[in-house]
Amino acid sequence: MNAIEFILAGMLAAATPFLLAALGELVVERAGVLNLGVEGLMAFGAVLAFIIVHHGGGHLLGFVAAGLGSAVLSLIFAVIALGFRANQVATGLAIGILGQGLSALFGKTYESLTVKGLRKLALPWLSEIPVVGGLFIQDVVVWLSLAATFAIWAMFAYTKIGLVVRAIGENPKAAHAIGYSVITVRFAAVAFGGTMAGFAGAYAAVVYTPLWADGMIAGRGWIAIALVVFGTWLTGRIFLGACLFGAVSLMGLAAQATGLDVPSQVLASLPYLVTIIVLGVISADRRLLKLNGIASLGEPFER
Amino acid sequence: MSAFSAAFLPTLVRRERASLAATLLAPPVALAAATVVNLELYVLMGRDPVAVAYAMLLEPFLSWASFSEVLLKIGPLLLIAQGLAIGFRAKVFNIGAEGQFILGAIFASAIPVWFPQATGQWIWPVMLLLGTLGGALWASLTAFWRVRLNANEILVSLMLSLVAAQFLNYLLLGPWKDPNGFNFPQSVMFQYDAMVPILISGTRVNVSLLLTIALSIAAWIFMQKSFIGYKLQVGGLAPRAASYAGFNEGWAIWLSLLIGGCAAGLAGAAEVAGPLGQLQRSISTGYGYAAIIVAYLGGLHPIGIIVSALCMAVLYIGGDNAMVSANLPIAAVRVFQGSLLLAYLVAVAFVRYRLEWRRAAYRSQP
Repeated sequence: MNAIEFILAGMLAAATPFLLAALGELVVERAGVLNLGVEGLMAFGAVLAFIIVHHGGGHLLGFVAAGLGSAVLSLIFAVIALGFRANQVATGLAIGILGQGLSALFGKTYESLTVKGLRKLALPWLSEIPVVGGLFIQDVVVWLSLAATFAIWAMFAYTKIGLVVRAIGENPKAAHAIGYSVITVRFAAVAFGGTMAGFAGAYAAVVYTPLWADGMIAGRGWIAIALVVFGTWLTGRIFLGACLFGAVSLMGLAAQATGLDVPSQVLASLPYLVTIIVLGVISADRRLLKLNGIASLGEPFER
Repeated sequence: MSAFSAAFLPTLVRRERASLAATLLAPPVALAAATVVNLELYVLMGRDPVAVAYAMLLEPFLSWASFSEVLLKIGPLLLIAQGLAIGFRAKVFNIGAEGQFILGAIFASAIPVWFPQATGQWIWPVMLLLGTLGGALWASLTAFWRVRLNANEILVSLMLSLVAAQFLNYLLLGPWKDPNGFNFPQSVMFQYDAMVPILISGTRVNVSLLLTIALSIAAWIFMQKSFIGYKLQVGGLAPRAASYAGFNEGWAIWLSLLIGGCAAGLAGAAEVAGPLGQLQRSISTGYGYAAIIVAYLGGLHPIGIIVSALCMAVLYIGGDNAMVSANLPIAAVRVFQGSLLLAYLVAVAFVRYRLEWRRAAYRSQP
């Protein structure tokens, strides 16, 4: 298998934690809320899923627990940032620190233990195509994440719920005036974002690298937040961005396999450096951000 | 939901003017609330809450030896938090102090690593200066990205922290590894002249504590008394008014980030040239993130931050104590830190708002 085949085959799986967390954060930000606690929400979901799968609860239960647990944690964010109208940046950071702390606390006795990952499902015909065939051999969560991407795109493009969420993010006062409950929708959006972050963490811990190590999320939650900006709050672009980061995080492994003499720390910081560079390039186009940005992002709502 | 909230939940009503009582009460109330919640958590974990509370909250004060360690821990927390608070007041969210701290430590270590034989009283002051420069340089990347490229400073500064941690690993596993260090990821031990002089004999408290206190006073003068500090605060509170008054936003961002970077870099330098005496992986135990909490808990006010840095230092030393005596995982300190900031954010809401039960609100209307 050459480097390109290797990256194509692994890209979607590597992209899934980014994708799930970024889709969740997309919905949160579209509703006008900035939740910077994604890293901690992912870490918390990851440890819950790992503990359950390690004790034989199975992957489904692991994902459910991760989703629920991170949703509960994100609701604490919602109560403080939306209910008490606290500074969303500070509240998000606090939830992030709390989530990472809880993750380290619960995961302490599981350090370096492993669980079994998920079986890969191959699409008939497509998976036999040379070179790109590997793209079509993925585990069930990857397929579901692709479906979720499509569903969220369709929700924003075609459904009333999507329109309401966007209206609340763009102009909460107007949405309130025509009878929508801004706080209720924002709570729901935050809980959805928390659930998705939990799934993302679960995927990272029990499917992608089914081994527990403290700090295993390693900045992926932050990259997911950056992805929402890269994707200029558009579902399709966020998907492409997640694939890019999936590929970038595999490039390190591919480079090492080809015997390239690069220090492993350079490869480990590659995703962070790419984030910084892409963030600079995209943000420099101020008009692009103005056009697609969320007008009320991070602002508390007061009647 | 709206019918539900109308029936059961009180609403927040904006106060006519900010409550001074709430401002002063918020930090101690938050501290008490976080303590109760966390002790509850330790009970759930099967630990003896009395033993943990004793080890965490009392023991640091009971002996001079452990209180001097608290004084030692105050240094980096206080220094970084003072720098960050200036930026936070200007609404510049530099959350990458951890990386700026690491770069400060690396820059300062360059002298003893490259010139291990050098002697003279000039070495440690130059190291502190180099560290300050290193932190400022790392922060200037974020400033450039924010001002010139319009990129979000939260994300950029955080990513740079992750890069800095990898850079530190690279140095310690590669070119800067102590050749006689049994392959441990650490540099050579620094020579005597590369160490900040001890302030209180018999302890590890060194002269950098005086420097930190002096800089805290400087921060107070800068933020409360100087025109530049005033401009920064206006920029944070009312960006439109600031630009109408001709206060340059880009300049404010550069200044905020450079101050934060300098402070964090100096803290990093003081850490390697102080208690550690060498560059190691464990230089970064989350001071950069803890200092964010210290800054908020101190109400972003230079005097308040001195008190909150003391509390956070006690928490660090107490956490170490509880790890030994009550078998409490060290991660519990992070959980405490996170819940402390959350509790503070709730408490501080009452500075500007008061709770009103919905029915009373209806009745008061004619």
